[in-house]
Amino acid sequence: MLARMKADRFMLLIAPAVGLILIAFAYPVFWLLLRSFSDPVWGLHNYGTALGSFIYLKVLWNTVSIAGSTTALCLLLGYPMAYSMVHSAALVKKLLIFVVLIPFWTSILVRTFAWMILLQPNGIINDMLIGIGLIDAPLDLIFNRTGVLIGMVQILLPFMIFPLFSVMARIDTSYVLAASNLGAPPVKQFFRVYLPLSLPGIVTGSMLVFIISLGYFITPALLGGRTDIMIAQLIEQNISEFGNWGLSSALAIVLLVGTGLMFGIVHKVFKVGPDVRTT
Amino acid sequence: MSNTLLELSTLRKEFGAVVAVDDVSLKVGDGEFVTFLGPSGSGKTTTLMMVAGFQKATSGSMTLGGQPLDPLPPYKRDIGMVFQHYALFPHMTVLKNVAFPLEMRKIATAEIARRVDEVLKLVGLPDHGERYPKQLSGGQQQRVALARAMVFEPRLLLMDEPLGALDKNLREHMQIEIMRLHRDLGITVLYVTHDQEEALVMSDRIVVFNEGGIEQVGTPDELYENPGTRFVAGFIGETNFVNGRISSVSKHMAQLDGPAVLRGRISEGLNSGTAASIAVRPERMRISLPEEKAPPGANTVTGHVTDIVYLGRSRNYIARLNDGSEMTVLVQANVHGLEAVGVGAEVQLSWRPEDSKILAAG
Repeated sequence: MLARMKADRFMLLIAPAVGLILIAFAYPVFWLLLRSFSDPVWGLHNYGTALGSFIYLKVLWNTVSIAGSTTALCLLLGYPMAYSMVHSAALVKKLLIFVVLIPFWTSILVRTFAWMILLQPNGIINDMLIGIGLIDAPLDLIFNRTGVLIGMVQILLPFMIFPLFSVMARIDTSYVLAASNLGAPPVKQFFRVYLPLSLPGIVTGSMLVFIISLGYFITPALLGGRTDIMIAQLIEQNISEFGNWGLSSALAIVLLVGTGLMFGIVHKVFKVGPDVRTT
Repeated sequence: MSNTLLELSTLRKEFGAVVAVDDVSLKVGDGEFVTFLGPSGSGKTTTLMMVAGFQKATSGSMTLGGQPLDPLPPYKRDIGMVFQHYALFPHMTVLKNVAFPLEMRKIATAEIARRVDEVLKLVGLPDHGERYPKQLSGGQQQRVALARAMVFEPRLLLMDEPLGALDKNLREHMQIEIMRLHRDLGITVLYVTHDQEEALVMSDRIVVFNEGGIEQVGTPDELYENPGTRFVAGFIGETNFVNGRISSVSKHMAQLDGPAVLRGRISEGLNSGTAASIAVRPERMRISLPEEKAPPGANTVTGHVTDIVYLGRSRNYIARLNDGSEMTVLVQANVHGLEAVGVGAEVQLSWRPEDSKILAAG
């Protein structure tokens, strides 16, 4: 009886969130789904175009490969950073958390424009590199894959660092000491014990970064090349330039289903999801 | 003592301005079971961590089997350790956990399987290899930790309060089991605990730590019957202290003027005229009505009973002496004739001088 009352009260608490998701997510998705099959006429032709034409497949592949590279780079940069944050003294730890959080408080648009200023051929970075004599001609740092990756990695890095940080903070140091005591040199202490114990953080962080990357729009639009575009740009183009709602809807549904599928596979393989536990 | 296996020489450890361990020197014989006993913060665990190699001594040195230990990193020391909370790798099965130290030593797979099997039988868990640590009870995890620390036949086994997380019955059971393993395998053990009873039960020798230094080293009965300092007398077992001033010293005995003239064995370095305490164990004392005659030569004091604590197999009579000090007398349940002694009763407490020791005043 009490449990029942409690359950009812919880239902009341989640009602606003559920309502918001229904109105802001479920309804539009349903509408997209409908459009993808019905616009301009009923049938599967939109999916035929989305998955059948070479250009659209290439954009899909671009999207996956940019998201994958972004995730890999974030992991490579974020792992040592999260490790340092966990294992530094209280004051340094606070400072590092602050440093990671600062970009969070700045609009993505502002940050992307800032990167445009930094990365352009006569921007600060190229000027500096030429100034110290490291290069002769400016590097192509913008309007290509490099620019997109630099921008996206910088923006998405906190999404990698914080899940790693929270998992690493819960790894008892005695595991590493035990490995050492049992005869494992530092490299083996890391690969046999620390890394597997931090795996839930790696999976969660990578999932977050990868999924957010898949739907990225502003950064690739402003820092990317004209031909090297991602699926979100393609969707936008098809609506704003061609008014092709049906094809855009089909692309959006492909993106949604693909993301969901990936999430399911990772969940199955690693037996972890957003609700990761180390113990 | 047999051949020295481990030798600690004037070890010192500072954490910033805090001296955690100061001037610790000790020899541990091959096959010995030595316990570091002391309150928390006394330096016992820090000393153990220095032996394991997890803490670097500020000064001093260590040798194991005659070889200097200090330059070796922990993974080259060949010292097994059972951690306080076992530190079993949660992502590995019991088999994998126990095989880990052997894999690190690049031992052949078949040999690993044989030795893991053998050691799991030894600790009584032959059929638990495929389980994960969190699927085991506390006592079983303890056994796996033991198996993992012993499987590579380390030269020395360290145990850091390994039974602290277990309930009382299981703890007593594991004490006996660890003693059996120690006896059967002849392995040298350094054991850290703050539980004096555990130290008394298990150890060949006990090293009492206090405030970063060694207070006294001895066998359990040496420490219990012949404590060298007031701290040791108070920390190991229960002890009554009565304060006074030494009035005369003979060869092994001395006389203390306190609430009465009391005699006891004297600890080294005390002279006539110094302030001192006489220490006597509750179970060595007799309580009786004041009119009863004490045995000739016995120390006697008088006071009145303030509390009687019923403990089942015994009772504790707590008496306040005329000078305000309190003494506890333990009376076994089979002692009769004290029915008239209730709270508030005037009583006489007595004990043999040989059963008490005069120690420097705390």
